[in-house]
Parts: sequence; C-alpha cells; structure tokens
Amino acid sequence: MTAVSDFFTFVAERWSILSFLAYQHVSLVVQTLLLATVLAIVVGVLASRTSWGVNVAQAFSAIGLTVPSYALLGLLVGIVSIGVLPSVIALVFFGFLPILRNVVVGLNGVDPALIESARGMGMSRLSTLVRLELPLAWPVIMTGVRVSAQMLMGIAAIAAYALGPGLGGYIFSGISRMGGANATNAIVAGTIGILILAVILDVALNLLTRFTTSKGISRV
Amino acid sequence: MSETTSKAGERILLEHITKRYPGQSTPAVDDITIEFPAGEIIMLVGPSGCGKTTTMKMINRLIEPSSGRILIGDEDVTDANPDELRRRIGYVIQGAGLFPHFTVGDNIALVPRMLKWDKQRIVDRVDELLDLVGLDPEEYRDRYPRELSGGQQQRVGVARALAADPPVLLMDEPFGAVDPITRQRLQDELLRLQEELHKTIVFVTHDFDEAVKLGDRIAILQTGSQVVQYDTPEQILANPADEFVEGFVGRGAALKQLTLTRVRDIELHEAAVAHVGDDAHEAVAGAKAIDREHVIVLDKNERPLRWMSLRELARPGALENVRRDAELEVVSLGSTLNDALDEMLTSSHGVVVVTGRRNTYQGVVRVETVMEAMQGIQSAAAEAATMEEPVGDPQP
Repeated sequence: MTAVSDFFTFVAERWSILSFLAYQHVSLVVQTLLLATVLAIVVGVLASRTSWGVNVAQAFSAIGLTVPSYALLGLLVGIVSIGVLPSVIALVFFGFLPILRNVVVGLNGVDPALIESARGMGMSRLSTLVRLELPLAWPVIMTGVRVSAQMLMGIAAIAAYALGPGLGGYIFSGISRMGGANATNAIVAGTIGILILAVILDVALNLLTRFTTSKGISRV
Repeated sequence: MSETTSKAGERILLEHITKRYPGQSTPAVDDITIEFPAGEIIMLVGPSGCGKTTTMKMINRLIEPSSGRILIGDEDVTDANPDELRRRIGYVIQGAGLFPHFTVGDNIALVPRMLKWDKQRIVDRVDELLDLVGLDPEEYRDRYPRELSGGQQQRVGVARALAADPPVLLMDEPFGAVDPITRQRLQDELLRLQEELHKTIVFVTHDFDEAVKLGDRIAILQTGSQVVQYDTPEQILANPADEFVEGFVGRGAALKQLTLTRVRDIELHEAAVAHVGDDAHEAVAGAKAIDREHVIVLDKNERPLRWMSLRELARPGALENVRRDAELEVVSLGSTLNDALDEMLTSSHGVVVVTGRRNTYQGVVRVETVMEAMQGIQSAAAEAATMEEPVGDPQP
C-alpha cells in the first residue's frame, strides 16, 4: 500500500513536467501519424494502379515491420545525429507501413463494377478516385491508421534513445537509475502515461472514423 | 417542376468497328457495321464471349475501338472527349452499380451535378425521376442503396441513367441479378417507360426470351461480334437465318411468339356471367342458352369471384353468399398470350378470366383463341418474308 501511495505522491509532485512530456509525446505521435497517412495514401494510390505495385507495397509493408525500431534509430542517429529528426523519421517510417497495406487492400476491395459504372457516367479518373474509391476504402484505411497510432505510441517511447521528446525519456532515466530512489516510480509513471494516451488517441480516432464514414457503408 | 418534355432518341451508327487486344490473334470484335434506329430498343444477343458487351461498350468508349467510326445522330463521336460523351449516354449495369456511400437522391443527381445544373433543378429532377420509376420520393430520396431491395436498386439505376435526359441508353444485362418475378416486372416497366420516352436503347442480354419481349429489333451475334441476323423478333422467330440462330432461338419458337401478342390484341370470348344476389335459376337458364357448363360469378363491382358449375347453382341460395376463389386464374389485358396459356394449363376449365382496369371482368380467353393467334402470326410472318422486305416497321 505504501508503494502505491508513494507512487501517487511521486506523480503529484512531478505533475507539471509529466503532463508536459505527455503533451510532447502525443504531439510527436499525432504529427508523424498525419504525415505517414498522407504519404501512405499517395504511395498506396499509385501502387494500386498495377498488380505488381500492389504486391510490392504489401511485401514492403510486411518486411518493413520486421525491422527492430531500436536498430533503425541507431542507424538514423549515425546518419542524421541525435535529436528530434531521427525520431520523426523512424516514426513516419513505421507508421507508414500498416497504413500503406490498408490503403492498398481498401482500394483493391472496391467493386470493379462500381468503378466502371462511375467511368460510364463520365466521371474522370481523378474524380472516381476521390469521390468513389477513397470514400469506400476509408474505413479500411482508418483501421490501418489506428493500428499505426497504437504502434507509434510505443515506438515513440523508444525514440527517447535518440533523445527524442516525450515520456520515453522518463522511462529511460528510470532504467538507468535502476535500484536508486524513485527509479521504479519513473518507469511506471512513463508506462502508464503512454497507456492512457494510447487509449485516448484510439477513442478519438474511432470517433473520427465514424464521423467521416458515410452511413451507407458503416457497420451499424 | 422542371420541364417534363424529354429528348427523344438519336440513331447510333457503328461503321467498320474492330477491336483487337494486343497478344490475341483474333479480334474480339471483327469489322461490325450496324445501325441502331432512333427511338427503338435494340437487343444484342449471343453466347458469352461473342463480343456483344464489347460492342456496346465501344458506343460510350469504355472500350476504345481499334478502328472504325461511331456516329450518334449525325455527330462523329469517335474522337470526342470520352467523359463528356458519357455524360450524354445513360449507362445501366447488372446490379445497378449504385454508389453505396451516396443516398438514392445523390446517386441520381450524379450526372446533373457534373453538368453543373443549378440546385433547384437537380432537386426537382430527382423527385421527378423517382416518380417515373415508381418510387415515392419522400420515402426513398434519403435512403442508402443497401436499404433497398434488388429490384428497387435496379429502378434507381435506371433513374440515374435517365437523370440528364440522354438520347441514348446503354443497358448491360441490367436485370440479370434479380429474381424472375422482379425481372418480369422491371421488363414491363421498361416497356412502359419507353412508351413515354422514346430513347434509343441498346440492351445486351444472353436471354433470348428477354430479347423477344423487349426488343423492337434483335441482333444475334456470333464470335467476333459477327451479325448473324438483325431483324424484328417476329421475323427471327418465324424465319431464323441459319442453324446457329435456330439453335439460339431454341425449341418452341412458335410458343415464344405468344410473348409478342397481348391479350388486348385478340378477341375475347363471352362466358356465362352471374352476379352475387342474382336469381340462380335465371343464371342456369342463361348458361344453358349459350351452351356453357360453368358460370363466372362477379361481385357488385364487376370483379370475378369464382367459377360455379350448373350443379352447384342448382343448390338453393347458391348465389347468396359466394366466396372469392383465391386460386382463380386471372390475367390482365396487358398480359402476354404466353402468360394466358400458362394460367390456362393450370386451370381446370381450359379458359382463363381476363380483367381490365380495377380488376373488372372483361371476358375469357380460350385455348382455341390462342392457337388461332399463333397460326395468324406465323402466316403473317411467312407472307412478310416472301415480300422480301429488308426490315419491317417496328412493332407498334
């Protein structure tokens, strides 16, 4: 019991720094997620135009996800030095992969008869993509975005290795002071903070998906 | 309301159209020249892979012809901007192809919006079209396609194709995915619409019976989109050009001609008639006078209730309380002779009752009448063939 109340005192005393780190963490994840989504949609749209493009995109997504985030960060630090930049690059890279796969799967899942009917009514290629294909693939794409968001929450913590912003720094400092005063408290506070943020972001993305998906195709 | 006058059809002319796919030795469509007259329904029929769909899709250039010319009206559209061309051509596919994320109203408004009509005109047009295809605008305008039955979706598909009032309509096996009863209803509706609209409709089907029912003209195609025969349904049934057509027409060509004639086109017979509450003895006497064994009993509003034999009528108070026979075989004036024959064969009387507006009694059709009509059609077709008329007038 003392450990628990001890932990709450720890958090209360460091509330302002913890909330600032939490804000940084979310901000990093949301911004890189946005960038990854835009990139994945552009690349996914281009890839889905040919069948080999679809295969390459899916293979790339699958293989890319096997790269350990720690290794990639280490590599990036060697190239672009430490700080925010390697964290951003790593997060965009990992966030990009699940979304790319879902963009390709989502666009592929659009009934070809619908596309033909759109073209047959005189809709241009671009307008068919924007008004028919992307809206129909949207729920699938958003599922990819939610998967990426969860993953990036965790990877952003590891980005602290490259001195990136966020709650990861707190966990790392706790680990390096293992056995010392408040070391466990720091690790637990960072971890729980990330868990809470992950849940909040997921709920927010879920609501966003609902509001941006037509009632004609959403699951009731 | 916007103006209700609609643009009538324009003729379509394909001149030496060929479609070759790279890597294939034989062309999918090999040098077809054919004219589709304005305001008619032209059915393209043939086995799968014969190139009928390819031929149709070259009209709106969903498939670009390798060579040849396409004219709509007097305008050469072979090199027109395909998107602009397609906005002037209605297009209906199997399963309707409605956008699932758009409401029914938004689906119908698609082409008018592309053509930048003003808002009020589009709103009026959507309601007008829903009315036209028999769907209540208030109820259906804001629904999503998945909330409609297959038949209703297909109706919306037709409404969407007609939205910008195009002179030409292309239909690619539109009724292939619905159940037989709904299909028959949709076919009847298309014929009713066409009576009002007089569009040029090119309709692809593999169902020869559908072609006979809907077509003013049928083009029977063979591999490579070779036109084997291009004629009215009457002519094709009576004088198939060769064995291929004969095989395609299938057995029972004579029976199929029955779908060409409506009940209202033949002479109906009088049956012995009695009304509820009449004197049964008089009814029996009346029937005997014209030599009938059965009497058809009508209610106050002239609607047929059931057949009664003379023996049943002999019972006291036989005409006091007559219950409706739910199984009574009835056809309407608009039914085909084929439908009438069908009903007759399931009836035990060898006749079928015909009703008109509000289901009022009109007369009966007998098997003999159907036979006579069939012989009439055949001899007329044979006469027309000996006169060597290239193409007869379309069926009224």
